[in-house]
Amino acid sequence: MKRSTSSAKAFSPWAAVFWLLVWQAAALWVNEPIFLVSPLAAIQRLFQLLGVPTFWQSVWFTLGRILLGFGLSLLLALVFSVAAYRFRWLRELLSPLTATIKAIPVASFVILALLWVSSKNLSVLISLLIGFPVLYGNLLSGLDSTDPKLIEMAKVFRIPFCRQLQAIYLYQVLPFLRSGLSIAMGLCWKSGIAAEVIGIPTGSIGEKLYTAKVYLETADLFCWTLCIVLLSVGCEKLLSLLVDILIKEAAARAGSRSSV
Amino acid sequence: MLEAVHLSKSFDGKPIIVDFSQRLETGVHYCLMGPSGCGKTTLLRLLMGLLQPDAGEVRGSSKMSAVFQENRLLEPFNAIANVELATGASRGEIERLLMELGLEKESLFQPVSAFSGGMKRRVALARALLAEYDALFLDEPFKGLDDETKARVMRIVSERTKGKTVLLVTHDETETLGFQPISL
Repeated sequence: MKRSTSSAKAFSPWAAVFWLLVWQAAALWVNEPIFLVSPLAAIQRLFQLLGVPTFWQSVWFTLGRILLGFGLSLLLALVFSVAAYRFRWLRELLSPLTATIKAIPVASFVILALLWVSSKNLSVLISLLIGFPVLYGNLLSGLDSTDPKLIEMAKVFRIPFCRQLQAIYLYQVLPFLRSGLSIAMGLCWKSGIAAEVIGIPTGSIGEKLYTAKVYLETADLFCWTLCIVLLSVGCEKLLSLLVDILIKEAAARAGSRSSV
Repeated sequence: MLEAVHLSKSFDGKPIIVDFSQRLETGVHYCLMGPSGCGKTTLLRLLMGLLQPDAGEVRGSSKMSAVFQENRLLEPFNAIANVELATGASRGEIERLLMELGLEKESLFQPVSAFSGGMKRRVALARALLAEYDALFLDEPFKGLDDETKARVMRIVSERTKGKTVLLVTHDETETLGFQPISL
């Protein structure tokens, strides 16, 4: 089982090269850059755009807003998952809400949200709404998976809840949090960009994508898409690295806790 | 003082504890003996408030401490951290007791996940003995200890629990420590 999971995730350079070659061959075969640009043309265009100041302005505009939405969703998920773990009524109250948010298409959210907030901050709200149920669900699953025998031990020894959170729950939750953060980050980028393409806030990556579509600038479209993928994967990897450091740090602190 | 009054508990319709009453006086050490599966652990859990009885009640409230049937340690934490978390005892005090129980000083700083069953049991015992308590519940506390270590640990338990209420559960006649016997 483990073997198949790791093989599914394995990323081999030869496979990437193979698909790039397939893309290049397809572009040559179509021979119409408006329909399909070659990978070389897309990368060439990306290097051109890297030197344009508005490129970086758009990147910071979108990156800042999506990360803000993501950060807020994480904060809310932390607060509500701990509260829902302690209070069954809150868990029951939030259950239909999170299920509904998960089921509603992003486009419906975006159109509805445009009535409430300016298009400038739309991606913050959408990232928050899309990221929250994933993070909340994962954190709650992590808390639920905590060994009940350890919780009983904590009850008998009257260990305060905040210390229980730190010493008992943290270890159970971190792996769940890690996978939740990774999934939520990807979803926040996808939904945040979708929101920008619909809301077209000035100076965003979404606006650039929309403009590329309107003027049939396929090379720009591919280039911005590549940029979004790189940003999304980069954020995800950075976050995973951060959580891994946190896990190691927590384990190290546990190992030398006597000196605390 | 803790008092079980007409306690009954069933699981899946099978009665495990039936109309059990017993006063646990302050400062008295009790020993509950019986074969495996007779309900000893269930009774301990009822007395500790970890299970709700089907009938009857547990009267009197007191600070409790316990050695559970399982060690219930935080595996990534070292021995001192495990004891410290539950007791608030000083590091020196914890170190002294753990070493008195036969653990090597170097091992105290290793995660307990690397410990043998007997070592883990002694960490669980140290945690129970150093916690602030009025009533101490010991569920097969000497399980997994070799004879020599067991003798040393039994002596320490007897010494350190003077003046406290203790309920020891065992199925081994050699582990009763001369405590006052009670039966289910």
